[in-house]
Amino acid sequence: MPDVASPKIPVTVLTGYLGAGKTTLLNRILSEPHGKKYAVVVNEFGEIGIDNDLVVGADEEVFEMNNGCICCTVRGDLIRIIDGLLRRKNDFDGIIIETTGLADPAPVAQTFFVDETVGAKTSLDAVVTVADAKWLKDRLKDAPEAKSQIAFADVILLNKTDLVTETELKDVEMRIRAINPFARIHRTQRSEIAIDKVLGQGAFDLDRIQAIDPDFLEGGHRHFHDEDMRSYSFSSDKPLDPDRFFPWIQDLTQTQGPNILRSKGILAFKDDPERFVFQGVHMILDGDHQRPWRADEPKLSRLVFIGRQLDAAALEKGFLSCVA
Amino acid sequence: MTDTSSPSSLTSKLRPLDLGGAVVGLRFLGTTPAFVLGEGEIVLVEEDEVRVRAHHGAVLSVAGDDKRILTGGDDGRVVATRADGSAQALYEQKGRWIDQVAAGSEGAFAFSAGKTAHFQPAKGERKSHDFPSTVGGLAFAPKGTRLAVAHYGGVSLWFPNAQAKPELLEWKGSHRGVMWSPDMRFVVTTMQEAALHGWRLSDGGHMRMTGYPSRVTSMAFTTGGKFLATSGSSEAILWPFASKEGPMGKQPSMLAPRDVRVSAVAAHPRDEVIACGYEDGLVLMVRISDGAEILLRGPDGTTVSALAWRGDGGALAIGTESGAAGLTVF
Repeated sequence: MPDVASPKIPVTVLTGYLGAGKTTLLNRILSEPHGKKYAVVVNEFGEIGIDNDLVVGADEEVFEMNNGCICCTVRGDLIRIIDGLLRRKNDFDGIIIETTGLADPAPVAQTFFVDETVGAKTSLDAVVTVADAKWLKDRLKDAPEAKSQIAFADVILLNKTDLVTETELKDVEMRIRAINPFARIHRTQRSEIAIDKVLGQGAFDLDRIQAIDPDFLEGGHRHFHDEDMRSYSFSSDKPLDPDRFFPWIQDLTQTQGPNILRSKGILAFKDDPERFVFQGVHMILDGDHQRPWRADEPKLSRLVFIGRQLDAAALEKGFLSCVA
Repeated sequence: MTDTSSPSSLTSKLRPLDLGGAVVGLRFLGTTPAFVLGEGEIVLVEEDEVRVRAHHGAVLSVAGDDKRILTGGDDGRVVATRADGSAQALYEQKGRWIDQVAAGSEGAFAFSAGKTAHFQPAKGERKSHDFPSTVGGLAFAPKGTRLAVAHYGGVSLWFPNAQAKPELLEWKGSHRGVMWSPDMRFVVTTMQEAALHGWRLSDGGHMRMTGYPSRVTSMAFTTGGKFLATSGSSEAILWPFASKEGPMGKQPSMLAPRDVRVSAVAAHPRDEVIACGYEDGLVLMVRISDGAEILLRGPDGTTVSALAWRGDGGALAIGTESGAAGLTVF
């Protein structure tokens, strides 16, 4: 029978610097008794065996889209692999993509927004990053890829916590938070975690943008000044003018897109009873009205950028100029 | 133009088929239509349906001629299936995906796995070549042994029997499907972007064919190579290729406009007629000269994924993503 309204297949991206524990996490996910089947896309064949029926090797072929957008890179091999996997979509419930330790997660994420077929049939569920609690601080200093992986993450497993002290853990968590205020951080050992904290996150689902933690917004200047990658957050309790906001954000992401890794916002527009939510990956923005503002919630517009070398003062000025 | 309020219809001639799986390719083997299902089966339709299991997994690419249908699968096999229901594995490499296949003359064929393309002549040794990136499309020149190999950054023209390095036709971006014009003067690719790119082989001149709202997944040269008919828009777009310089500086013809996108096209082998399938399952036959339309299949909400004319033009086979298929014999 034709399956007309088949739901989109969720895709989870696993990233993490070399040796952080990605493959251990992958094998844990696959061996849990969840009764679900996953297609796994891997790059590093042979390092540690992956116990799964459907494992596909990827080549990490990144190319630029010919659309004048220099940061709009996608993974050509993933488009091809997902097209192929979709032909046997009855054989699995979800797709897990394990990237190499040196991979930039952006082209992987952008693939799901740029390719029509991939975007129509699958949905990016979350970027999950495994970080080594002992070595992450060093990697943040010397490895730009490690920084991008933290900046991009929706879920971070702070792994190997048995190798560090509580003080060191708190310090590394602070550093993660300075870069990425959205991600859910879980402390783990040997990548041990409940599977529902990793899969089914809906991190790119506009309906599931609930709140941007006000704690981090109020402490907007609570960051490490030596970090070139960090988060920038702004808020306003005055309603915004959509005719000012949209041109501003579009121009900003066009011109600063390469330096803005991710963005997220919950906005209150003038004379608009509904919350407007948006999220973006570099230059690609996705936004919509979400639901009416509740009577008990303050109509606060909040905006967060994760990026590098952004001019915080100019961003703030630009954002505040959108007030109606 | 015919009166659009009461279009001519031949839907009564349609023999509906329920194949039970998405059709990813379609060809006539002589008079027998062969529907290739994404999940590895080929359905040969005569009085009855004969189902042949060609692959233990998904079919990734389909090619062929009027005697055999060639399929490449994620089981690492290249399989030739014939009208008598026989299926023969021509090649097998466990653990690899056969991304592309192409049929050459006299039983020769080519295929690719990742960056490597292979050419297997009818007799003799297999030749292989590694391209700079994954092969996105593979097509034999209409005559002789030359292959157009699409990849990132352009197309390589590969002469497997020559020692020389393949000739590179450059154009930035990811090239997916590739096709020669019947007179071998042009090579055209479908791109990852919503555009086609072509090269005039005489002087390497570029032809950018843009303006599509979505990616082009189906294209066909009409009889004699006069037009290149394409999907990707809410009408069939036909680029004029009759003149020496190709379609540059000319407007394409737009036929059979609707409010639904064209998902598949097929050119009649003899007449200036195309079949045009849409994302809602509707199929029209359209005369190029005056745009006259005849309805062959009504809409049922499923995307038309493949169309094929019988070699004499006397029948059209229709495949869809849901497996609801059809055969119209005129």
